[in-house]
Amino acid sequence: MVFEGPLRADADSILARYPEDHRRSAVMPLLYLAQSVEGSVTREALREIGALLQITTAEVEAVASFYTMYRLRPTGTHVISVCTNLACKLRGAEAVFEAAHEATGVAHGAELSDDGLFTVHEEECLGVCDFAPAVQINFCSHDTVSPERMRELVAGLRAGEVPSPARGPAFDSFKAASRALAGLEEVPSA
Amino acid sequence: MSLWFEPRLTRDWDDPSMIGLDGYVAKGGYEALSKALAMTDADIVDVVKSSGLRGRGGAGFPAGMKWGFVPRDTGKPTYVVANFDESEPGTCNNRELVERDPHRLLEGMAIAALAIGCETAYLYVRGEYLWQSMVLERAIAQAYAAGHLGPDVQGSGKRVDVVLHRGAGAYICGEETALLNSLEGFRGQPRLRPPFPAVEGLFASPTVINNVETLMNVPDILVRGAEWFRELGTEKSPGTKMVTVSGKVERPGNFEVPLGTSFRIVLEELAGGVLGGRALKAWTPGGSSTPMLTAEHLDVGLDYESLAEAGSMLGTAAIMVMDDTDCVVDCATRMVRFYAHESCGKCTPCREGSWWATRVLERLEDGQGQAPDLPIMRDLGTNLMFRAFCALADGTASVINSSLQHFPDEYEAHVRLGGCPLKVEHLEEVPA
Ligand SMILES: Cc1cc2nc3c(=O)[nH]c(=O)nc-3n(C[C@H](O)[C@H](O)[C@H](O)COP(=O)(O)O)c2cc1C
Ligand code: SF4
Ligand code: FES
Repeated sequence: MVFEGPLRADADSILARYPEDHRRSAVMPLLYLAQSVEGSVTREALREIGALLQITTAEVEAVASFYTMYRLRPTGTHVISVCTNLACKLRGAEAVFEAAHEATGVAHGAELSDDGLFTVHEEECLGVCDFAPAVQINFCSHDTVSPERMRELVAGLRAGEVPSPARGPAFDSFKAASRALAGLEEVPSA
Repeated sequence: MSLWFEPRLTRDWDDPSMIGLDGYVAKGGYEALSKALAMTDADIVDVVKSSGLRGRGGAGFPAGMKWGFVPRDTGKPTYVVANFDESEPGTCNNRELVERDPHRLLEGMAIAALAIGCETAYLYVRGEYLWQSMVLERAIAQAYAAGHLGPDVQGSGKRVDVVLHRGAGAYICGEETALLNSLEGFRGQPRLRPPFPAVEGLFASPTVINNVETLMNVPDILVRGAEWFRELGTEKSPGTKMVTVSGKVERPGNFEVPLGTSFRIVLEELAGGVLGGRALKAWTPGGSSTPMLTAEHLDVGLDYESLAEAGSMLGTAAIMVMDDTDCVVDCATRMVRFYAHESCGKCTPCREGSWWATRVLERLEDGQGQAPDLPIMRDLGTNLMFRAFCALADGTASVINSSLQHFPDEYEAHVRLGGCPLKVEHLEEVPA
């Protein structure tokens, strides 16, 4: 079981966000919640979400597979997303993407590094074109990242450091970020 | 440089306290909502109509008119949905607006809700904007605690709830009907229109969907009036517009300008000119989906009409600048690869066409192109434009058509030289 104990309470609080006769809307935050526990979305989680929403596993999977932020395959502790879309490409993003592969040891086309620490993902526009090349680590933004900076960031993560993002708090893993994406993280007061 | 007009959306950008409720209220925040509560909903719609505010999400549809389309006698609830999916390549102004001034969005949403009798407004945020969505969650909590949202808005007895919903990485979910499917828990694929969302939108009920920047203009319009709003901008494109400038410029960033301001002023005065003083080659006026323009178009005004006349569109006013060292075929390849990746797969022209176009462009850039590839590209461009289920494919076609139109020689050179003419190794192969 994925959703038991406190997680079942989390799932219920997500369900309560939506009108009673439109509970299906909760599928996206529930997928994030499952991902926050397991580090990716497993078959078991798909089944349980289907049962909660009274839809088939296939329907849940159809949603999960549509979006890039749900990972249906084994995933690193840290997910490094490098935008290579035009604004970033014009500012040297391809070399940053290469550096991410080299530094993490993730082969092109592979899901994760042999040590299980990293997944590298080529991104479309991250909406930070004003600070290109844009990178996210566990969905926290790092601005104007050079290849050298990328190597430093990876070395820091290997040493157990959590790099401070350009804005907002740092999430120390893909799982932790997924919990915030489910809307379950307290926001520090302004 | 000092601005030549009074900024609106950005006027308090240097005040960090605006991120919190107290800072916002100290600057007059939520007074527009009080004013709206004292008006009839028809009057709210009317003032937005007379302001001439047009949707900032890309299409430029008049906001007041859209609100006016919502039928009020269906017996169903009505919904407001704020579109904060902002995924058009080159675009990031909604992000900074929210980072610096989140309550203005909530106030705009609440006013839109009052205008159409809506009790639950949804705020759809792209998943990658995790921090920005948390800024909004905090602002929502503050607004509830202060009674600006919730079951009894400012003691009026009216209810306005705001529910935040995160996307998960799909450009197509910015398209309004795909967004609705995503919000209902389905794959984010567009719906057939009509029925338009104003009649049958979220949960098959009348729904108004507006862009973040559109909604953030609304509080000022209520407080200062439609005439004031029209003091800046042009007759048909009133007000200011946030523009994002990125790529090969000295100072990339988000800038607010009156609609109609020339690209030259934005590039030279605000963005500091082309990076390293190089020559301007090409630019997108409104994100990668809008046909690219060239150095010939420096004096075109950034507004809906002028850009249409120049053969392009205002789109999201996301200007990506390419200089004379950038290969147009290479840039077009990257842009088209984006559309191939983001195609939702529902219709054939887009799903297959963007895939083929990427293959052809990649082989041109790699030096494997053949003479027949150019007519193939023209054919693909023609068959994608206005022939697919939604406007995503028009973006693909725009990249193809505009790059071929303005830079035919560069395409031909790729075939003739067997590679990219801008890469030095190939230049050496050019016969003397
Ligand atoms: C492929 C595609 C992507 C879009 N993405 C966005 C987006 O990210 N944000 C947005 O506000 N509008 C986007 N739109 C436009 C919306 O469909 C819709 O017109 C808009 O949200 C309406 O708001 P407005 O009238 O305030 O501009 C997109 C349209 C298409 C075809
Ligand atoms: S044009 Fe593309 S994105 Fe739009 S419905 Fe067709 S396949 Fe989907
Ligand atoms: S193009 Fe990279 S963040 Fe926009």
